[in-house]
Amino acid sequence: MKEFTLLEIIRRLGQLLISLFVLLIVTFTIGRVLPTDPVGAIVGELADPAAYTAMRQKLGLDLPIYEQFFIYLNSLLHGDLGVAVLTGNAVTKDLAQAFPATLELATLAVIISTVLGVPLGMIAAFFRDTWIDKVARVISLVGHSIPVFWFGVVGLVIFYAGLSWVGGPGRVDTYLEGLVEPRTGLLLIDSLLVGDTETFWNAASHIILPACILAYSAMAYITRMTRSFTLEQLNQDYVIAARAKGASSLQILTGHLLPNIAVQLVTVLAISYGTLLEGAVVTEIVFSWPGIGQYMTNALMIGDMNAILAGTLIIGFIFMILNFISDLAYLLLDPRTREVTP
Amino acid sequence: MTLQNSISNDEATKSYAARFVRGLRGMWDKLSQEPLGLFGFAIVLLLIICAVFAPWIAPYNPAVQNLAEALRPPSAAHWAGTDEFGRDIFSRLIYGARITILTVSAVSLIVGPLGLIIGIVSGFAGGRIDSVLMRFTDIVLSFPSLILALAFAAALGAGLETAIVAISLTSWPAIARLARAETLIVRNTDYVSAARLYGASPSRLLFLYIAPMCVPSIVVRLTLNMAGIILTAASLGFLGLGAQPPAPEWGAMISSGRKFMLDNWWVAVMPGIAILMTSLAFNLVGDTLRDILDPRHVRS
Repeated sequence: MKEFTLLEIIRRLGQLLISLFVLLIVTFTIGRVLPTDPVGAIVGELADPAAYTAMRQKLGLDLPIYEQFFIYLNSLLHGDLGVAVLTGNAVTKDLAQAFPATLELATLAVIISTVLGVPLGMIAAFFRDTWIDKVARVISLVGHSIPVFWFGVVGLVIFYAGLSWVGGPGRVDTYLEGLVEPRTGLLLIDSLLVGDTETFWNAASHIILPACILAYSAMAYITRMTRSFTLEQLNQDYVIAARAKGASSLQILTGHLLPNIAVQLVTVLAISYGTLLEGAVVTEIVFSWPGIGQYMTNALMIGDMNAILAGTLIIGFIFMILNFISDLAYLLLDPRTREVTP
Repeated sequence: MTLQNSISNDEATKSYAARFVRGLRGMWDKLSQEPLGLFGFAIVLLLIICAVFAPWIAPYNPAVQNLAEALRPPSAAHWAGTDEFGRDIFSRLIYGARITILTVSAVSLIVGPLGLIIGIVSGFAGGRIDSVLMRFTDIVLSFPSLILALAFAAALGAGLETAIVAISLTSWPAIARLARAETLIVRNTDYVSAARLYGASPSRLLFLYIAPMCVPSIVVRLTLNMAGIILTAASLGFLGLGAQPPAPEWGAMISSGRKFMLDNWWVAVMPGIAILMTSLAFNLVGDTLRDILDPRHVRS
């Protein structure tokens, strides 16, 4: 049985590699085989033809397409994604700087949505068809339907401009910016590491609103899935047995149901995490959050394909890894998915 | 069909019509027990009416600027206020329904048939074709759709057509998987075997015997997808990658209204409410259709 699982993991790993390869082909296609003129974007429209040809050769655009792809692949494996037009830095350097901000936001959002969504889903299933269930349904329906960027704008106006409960756009107030030396890049953790509580609380007040707003859409999905997982379990014999034994509802929910839906939940959470990273892109613009989304949008404005493709690649890569992990979790944690070998 | 004469053909049509009417009535009976679903249908209907009859419904021209009337709050004259150019927001929302309906129907018309064909071919052919097609479907399914749409739109140049193509390219896999699952169930049924026995060609089997059976569940899935399509399209519009100004695209309206948010909330809030209501309505309609049309799906 052990061998079978190992073989299965290797097979999935192979699939992951194929997926990544296809992602590379797609980004390459978007970057190269499309009507925009990458040479013109660098040398300018009025450049003299010799300079144009020189740049074209420098970029390798005169080579056959498969050779271009090979070069692209090769430079990628050497960690070279090109230079961003906007900053003049290597794209990888820019992304390394921007990514922690996005990661911090999405991670906090996934924590919030799990902490709220899982109990809500379980309770909704437990009190099926009562008003609690109906409220949960409306909450998740609205979460499925609300445009995140709009919700962010409204949230800023109410909680920042109106009530002043939270910090405004950006990661900290401007007077605190750049005071904490980035170690992990996650400002909340960095500021705690150096014991700068002022920055910590300021950063917390800035991140809480975007994180909550981002969390809401993920929470809708998590609640819905948790509810249906719980419903599947509620009529199982072990629940009835636990009830007959005299276990309280709370004990049944946390002690008996939760472990049984945990594996399915891992899958849902992994998917949510991916979706949140993606949702962070639009949220970051509303909150002037200096993450990948902001970076990509700025690149969009000036048609900087290097930066856009690198961002797409990074997020696509994480997306696939998360999918892979959730598949793996299913395989390793849930004994029911294992086939018994004779 | 060749064996039937015209009279029985006529009768068949009549009984089909009667069955259709009865079916509709049955659906209506079920629908009337779902107040939320009914509400969703009403909103979608309203949206379609707005899109079709926009010039007659909208009180003002959505593109004409009137700077003297700029940034007026909602009032009897301007139900949703005016924007920074003095354009009536309510009229722009009504015209914006055209863009939304166009996007949603265009994407569905691309994605529905595409997903259906890939799905039924995959399920029907089986073997290597099946595993290659499904592997590819899974790969596209694991792409981050908004980001990919963003990259596509950036490379192809911003615009409504690009947005439609970009969204379509990433949203067919869900349909394909569904069509495949349905095909796997249907392909071994007796009526398909019977058709095969009397010599129906594979393409005839696929398109006349199998595809129609997949249509109901695909329609439901498409309706549920529409809510997501609206949100993705609005996000692209917000990023400046959808329909270009001065087109009254709802996402773009929020983006430009954001600048006046603190003093003139209505400029950004009104289009957001339109997006929220529309997306909510499609979600409700999708849920209700699934409950009504799919007897296998026990409402949970």
